[in-house]
Amino acid sequence: MFDAHSPVAVLLLSLFAGAVRVSTPYLFVSIGECLTEKGGRVNLGLEGILVSGAMTGYAAAYLSGSPWLGVLAAGCAGLLLGCLHGLVCSLPRVSDIAFGIALMLVGTGLAFYLGKPFIEPQAPMLSSLDFGSWASSPQLHNALHVNPLFIIGVALAFALQWGLRHTRWGMALRLVGENAESARAMGYPITRVRILATTVGGFFAGVGGAYLSLVYPGSWNEGLSSGQGLMAVALVIFARWQPLRCLWAALIFGAAGALGPALQAIGVTSGYYLFNAAPYVLTLVIMMINCRPDRTLAGAPGELSLTR
Amino acid sequence: MRSYPLLPRVALGALPALPTLCALIGTLLLFSLFLLVQGQPAGDALVLIGQGAFGSSFAWQSTLLRAAPLMLTALCVALPAQVGLIVIGGEGALALGGLASAVVATVVPAAMPWFIAAPLMALAGMIAGGVWIGAVGAMRQLRGVNETISSLLMSYIAIALFKHLVEGPLRDPASLNKPSTPPVPDAFAVGSLPGLDVHWGLFWGALACVAAWVFVRHSTKGFAMRIAGGNNHAAKLVGLPVNKLAIAACAMGGAAAGLAGMFEVAAVQGSANASLLAGYGYAGILVAFAARQNPLSIILCAVLVGGIEASGSLLQRRLGLPDATTLVLQGLLFANLLAWEAMGGRLEAWRIRLQAMSVAHSPVRLEGTHV
Repeated sequence: MFDAHSPVAVLLLSLFAGAVRVSTPYLFVSIGECLTEKGGRVNLGLEGILVSGAMTGYAAAYLSGSPWLGVLAAGCAGLLLGCLHGLVCSLPRVSDIAFGIALMLVGTGLAFYLGKPFIEPQAPMLSSLDFGSWASSPQLHNALHVNPLFIIGVALAFALQWGLRHTRWGMALRLVGENAESARAMGYPITRVRILATTVGGFFAGVGGAYLSLVYPGSWNEGLSSGQGLMAVALVIFARWQPLRCLWAALIFGAAGALGPALQAIGVTSGYYLFNAAPYVLTLVIMMINCRPDRTLAGAPGELSLTR
Repeated sequence: MRSYPLLPRVALGALPALPTLCALIGTLLLFSLFLLVQGQPAGDALVLIGQGAFGSSFAWQSTLLRAAPLMLTALCVALPAQVGLIVIGGEGALALGGLASAVVATVVPAAMPWFIAAPLMALAGMIAGGVWIGAVGAMRQLRGVNETISSLLMSYIAIALFKHLVEGPLRDPASLNKPSTPPVPDAFAVGSLPGLDVHWGLFWGALACVAAWVFVRHSTKGFAMRIAGGNNHAAKLVGLPVNKLAIAACAMGGAAAGLAGMFEVAAVQGSANASLLAGYGYAGILVAFAARQNPLSIILCAVLVGGIEASGSLLQRRLGLPDATTLVLQGLLFANLLAWEAMGGRLEAWRIRLQAMSVAHSPVRLEGTHV
């Protein structure tokens, strides 16, 4: 007999709810990074974009009163920073990995500077859709609150998976990332394609940031993001550059991220910091299992500096 | 030009510094623009940054106090960079190094003379940091795990571990508001440099930079590291132990960051607590890139970045700017330094042209050097 109130059931339920709740930023950032990397570039600065997106989204939602405008503004902030990365990395001799680190610093610095006045006020939150009104247990009901941004992210993963394979744009992007020489021979504007991919990737990462400040945890402060942007880069490697696999990977990472709060919910309070480090450990273990020193990973875009 | 051979020669000498110079000017322009857009007095802010960094003996003291750990955390980036690895996990190594040295200080007998206890603390910090970043190198070489990502993840794990231990098993029950380890006994504390109000960490940090420079530029091991960094394949072909070299470079870098943690604990904080996580590990990345991974230039760049950080409080007090202002300035500086690297290609052409000009006055005309 299933007992909805036993600690194990509560733990599993809150892990499941947490997976959906925590995974959305991972999902958006990893889809953005996936797109960027398909074009042959790496943007490690998505961490900075995530934070600026969170700040911009919160500020815009507070000033306009509409959370959806906040999401759009967050995307646009990410778009600008992504475009900056794309443009600068198109210059000769500029390393995309190094500039990503710089962008991390620029993004967080700008967000902390401009976000100072928005730490106190309360912005309107993006409300969730309720799929669980039929459920008898409050935990289950709670778990079935799904945010529309999560649903958009899932749809995006499916759309991108299809689009990369079946559209002219997707084929061009993959060719540019796979073999720049042949793309050039076929007349594709390599630099422009890469800038575009990085820019759109930045937009998605910015939207992921808006989720942090407008949904969960749902406030703007300087400790909001703790490496989700960077972990998403590792997540893309784990997902072997497939948008749909990014979705499953994001859910796993979300569950790992929810482990700390879930354990707290059933009364385990010691080792709080250690449980919160679970996603980092998971990422490292996954990378150690997946990577090999002697060969590049299956599915890795050929032009990628990250896996060389 | 024939009558002014001096000018091209001076230009030739200054040419390698040109991208850095352009980056500095570009940073100041962008930063001023950023402030002007918000209606802030950009000129005043720049003057205040100069004052807050180097304007008085107090400013210098506060600058050098920050430069000391920055030199060591920058080595945590620059040493792995010699073998071609980009490691950005210095913050975690610093935290664990500080924690290890604080633990040693409380474990050793209090009667132990300081000249044994302090080196023991330093050693513990260096081992902790070295093992942590050395593991990043090992993951890279043995499993192919990207070192930039793994080092930052390791840094997050180290910080989680640090907070867990400081607020849990290693917490001094007497530290009520601010969880800390038991204080380092006064006898083991690191004192000030003679005539200065800056601790000995500055001396050891600068010494470590000089030692690293000598090692990298003038030892066979350092030479082997640079070969491995320049062309991994060639290094393997000539039989260099690439894996060992890379792991050693990472471990040495981590040891430097761990030493920075030891000095922060033994000279500044007095115990291991959350104040240790002041971002020196991250600012060290900027220092190393600004120094172009040259250990000797790190000394100068650490003082510069330390100055930027030190000026933050003055900006806050006088102009009411947020404390993140120096972070914005650092970010702009970092981005500019990398973007102006793009000049490098042109630089070569200019160098050849200037060389042709500076020898044009000599009896031997160099025909065909026109570019």
